[in-house]
Amino acid sequence: MKRFVLLCIGLVCILAVAGGVQAKTMKLAMDADPVSLDPQVQLSGGMLQYSHMVFDPLIRWTQDMKFEPRLATSWERLDPTTVRFHLRKGITFHSGNPFTAKDVVWTVDRLKRSQDFKGLFDPFVGAKAVGKHTVDVITKKPYPLLLNMATYIFPMDSEFYTGTDEKGKSKDAIVKTGYSFANTHESGTGKYTITQRQQGVRVVFEEYENYWDTKSPGNIDKIVLTPIKKDATRVAALLSGDVDFIMPVPPQDYARISRTDGIKLVTLPGSRIITFQLNQKRRPEFQNRKVRQAIVHAVNNEGIADKIMKGKATAAGQQAPEGYLGYVQELTPRYDLEKAKELMAEAGYAAGFECSMIAPNNRYVNDEKIAEAVVSMLGKIGITVNLKTMPKAQYWDQFDAQVADIQMIGWHPDTEDSANYTEFLLMCPNKETGYGQYNSGNYCNPKVDELIMKCQSETDRAKRAEMLKEVERILYSDAAFVPLHWQHLSWAGKENLRIKPIVNVMNFPYFGDLVME
Amino acid sequence: MFAFILRRILQAFLVMFVISVIGFAIKHNVGDPVRQITGISVSVAEREALRDELGLNDPVYIQFGRFLQSAVHGDLGTSFFYKKPATQVILSKAPATIELVLVSAIIIVVLSVPLGIFAAIRPKHIFSRVVMGASIVGVSIPVFLTAIMGIYLFSIQLGWLPSFGRGATVNLLGWHTGFLTMDGWLHLILPSLALSSIMLPLFIRLIRSEMMEVLETEYIKYAWAKGLNKYRIWFVHAFKNTLLPVITVGGVQLGITIAFTILTETVFQWQGLGFLFMEAVERSDTSLLVAYLMFVGLVMVLVNTVVDIIYGMVNPTVRIMGAK
Repeated sequence: MKRFVLLCIGLVCILAVAGGVQAKTMKLAMDADPVSLDPQVQLSGGMLQYSHMVFDPLIRWTQDMKFEPRLATSWERLDPTTVRFHLRKGITFHSGNPFTAKDVVWTVDRLKRSQDFKGLFDPFVGAKAVGKHTVDVITKKPYPLLLNMATYIFPMDSEFYTGTDEKGKSKDAIVKTGYSFANTHESGTGKYTITQRQQGVRVVFEEYENYWDTKSPGNIDKIVLTPIKKDATRVAALLSGDVDFIMPVPPQDYARISRTDGIKLVTLPGSRIITFQLNQKRRPEFQNRKVRQAIVHAVNNEGIADKIMKGKATAAGQQAPEGYLGYVQELTPRYDLEKAKELMAEAGYAAGFECSMIAPNNRYVNDEKIAEAVVSMLGKIGITVNLKTMPKAQYWDQFDAQVADIQMIGWHPDTEDSANYTEFLLMCPNKETGYGQYNSGNYCNPKVDELIMKCQSETDRAKRAEMLKEVERILYSDAAFVPLHWQHLSWAGKENLRIKPIVNVMNFPYFGDLVME
Repeated sequence: MFAFILRRILQAFLVMFVISVIGFAIKHNVGDPVRQITGISVSVAEREALRDELGLNDPVYIQFGRFLQSAVHGDLGTSFFYKKPATQVILSKAPATIELVLVSAIIIVVLSVPLGIFAAIRPKHIFSRVVMGASIVGVSIPVFLTAIMGIYLFSIQLGWLPSFGRGATVNLLGWHTGFLTMDGWLHLILPSLALSSIMLPLFIRLIRSEMMEVLETEYIKYAWAKGLNKYRIWFVHAFKNTLLPVITVGGVQLGITIAFTILTETVFQWQGLGFLFMEAVERSDTSLLVAYLMFVGLVMVLVNTVVDIIYGMVNPTVRIMGAK
């Protein structure tokens, strides 16, 4: 009998071990790891990717740019400045504290203090708890992007982050460059908790046992994230089977990865537009609309998307891609060399002129090659361009100082809304309001400014769309900037991962929903 | 002797000071750290406030003074990216580099000595010619290309070796070592071979030419005439005298090895000091950058000081000249 019991115990142990073996671990390689565990310390793609793993937003974007309930189950607009969110019940944070409306209030307050998020949350008065699981989010003026912003509200565990730590520092402090409790501790509601972290080397995410979303098909219990900075090494790690999933995928390896058995490549058109700005303050020639139009006509951006980007970019004629409110179907790329030459002649510059250009060489996909291609294209209409490229660490200071006549910039709107492009890139530069912060072309059209300002408080979707389209049309006919393309986003992984359903144009893969077969 | 050591130490301080000045001079040209730690849509005013808070708006000499003051107390500043004291970050990454350099050094010594000697003794032998030919190729191929070819062949095509990282490490009193696990050793093979690929051919050629020169000297001829055993002549009489210049060159090569760890570590995502340096440059983590330069400078100065002191002990003429 004793022997039988022992045998049974042995069998149970073996089964338990076997069950343990089935736990699914995914090895993930990205170009960088999260800079902090505090979701509000920096507004960057990497930090938002992290936030979607360890925290959960009130609502989130789906692949077709609609809103999907997460911590909020439903919401309704009470009046032009207020939206009421009904929160999911029975959720606990990783610390075990229950999730309630006061956590949302606390989180929004903290967002308004965060250096990186306070700009985005400036239109907000704050959040107000009206019940244990009901919260009102209130804006100063009617604000059409309230729901877009709610995708950035990742409720943090207010109890966990309140008080002082053993160093006597306040736990809710937001510190960018040194120690803070929140930089090294987390308590969210997300699927994963961080069980190990060696910054820059390895982060281990393990499933939180009381994760609320039991309906999700995701079945990965453990994610080991290793940052691999170098493109070639990251691809090699996937090809050799050392990792299961990589992002981003360098375009020069697309063909190789698609060719390899057992590995697949997934791409989606993105919303980051790559443009050149023509500085009208530095070059009187660029004040002439015909010259700007000539330049736009001279740039074969379809060719660039096709040859340099290997088809993994969509040539653009406007700022916002299809699916955005301000997208206008008929504003297409307009490469026409003959027309460009005619326009130059009409403007009185048939002989051309000389100017300077700067571009980064490690910021956007193939940025340096694109700049070189544009230089040779402009050469064909007599514009001699002196190009200087530099690493992104030095680039932005030079960009701000407007050291060159033509400058490259790419933009992805944090709000996922058309107006954001214009606010930062093409509104009249104004130090007081901060509009036109990256408008190094110094393009300034009061009509555009007026329309965008109106859009900011227009909550009627149809009216707003009409105004945003109007803006794009004006910018198009003014040739306010040189549109190149929208970069595609790319991910690659082993065949047994169902990658396609979890990715989106914001590049926040929802790893919690990832299925490994 | 005491005066000599004191002089060396004073010189070492001077060198460290010069390094810190140079570090500070380049710091302002690698980029703006504030840009790297804020999102792109953050307002100018917000950035300016952060810059004020970090003291980056103060005149350079005030920043430098502040840096020196805390450096004297062993504090080299806080890394903007790691959000930890820079010295702590550097010390945590040092074991990876030390292990890599150590293994490469062993590979170099173990291979270059016998190959160099053989090529000197039998210069016309077909094997010697192959070795010399291969060493020319080895010197001319850049280390990152060797590394990438190694990854392509052994990781992707053959699947024998891992392609990146250090593998499993064991924490031994705060020293994360890869020496104690099989996985750690497998991860070491490619990077250490890549790193030694530059120095190995150099040392083979150096040993060969020095040895050939020694073999022509009078005392070797005398030894042959005495009828000594040929192995005794080669390995005891000739090789010993070959070693002196080789060791001198080896010491100087330390600096170059550090430079090559930057390339090797970047390709293999080897989490050591070279990789740290590259990352710091890319992220404009200027305080970490200056700390790295100080640290590497300190290592070089220490090694050279120790070498000089030993020289002084071995060769009294150096000491006498130093005392003048």
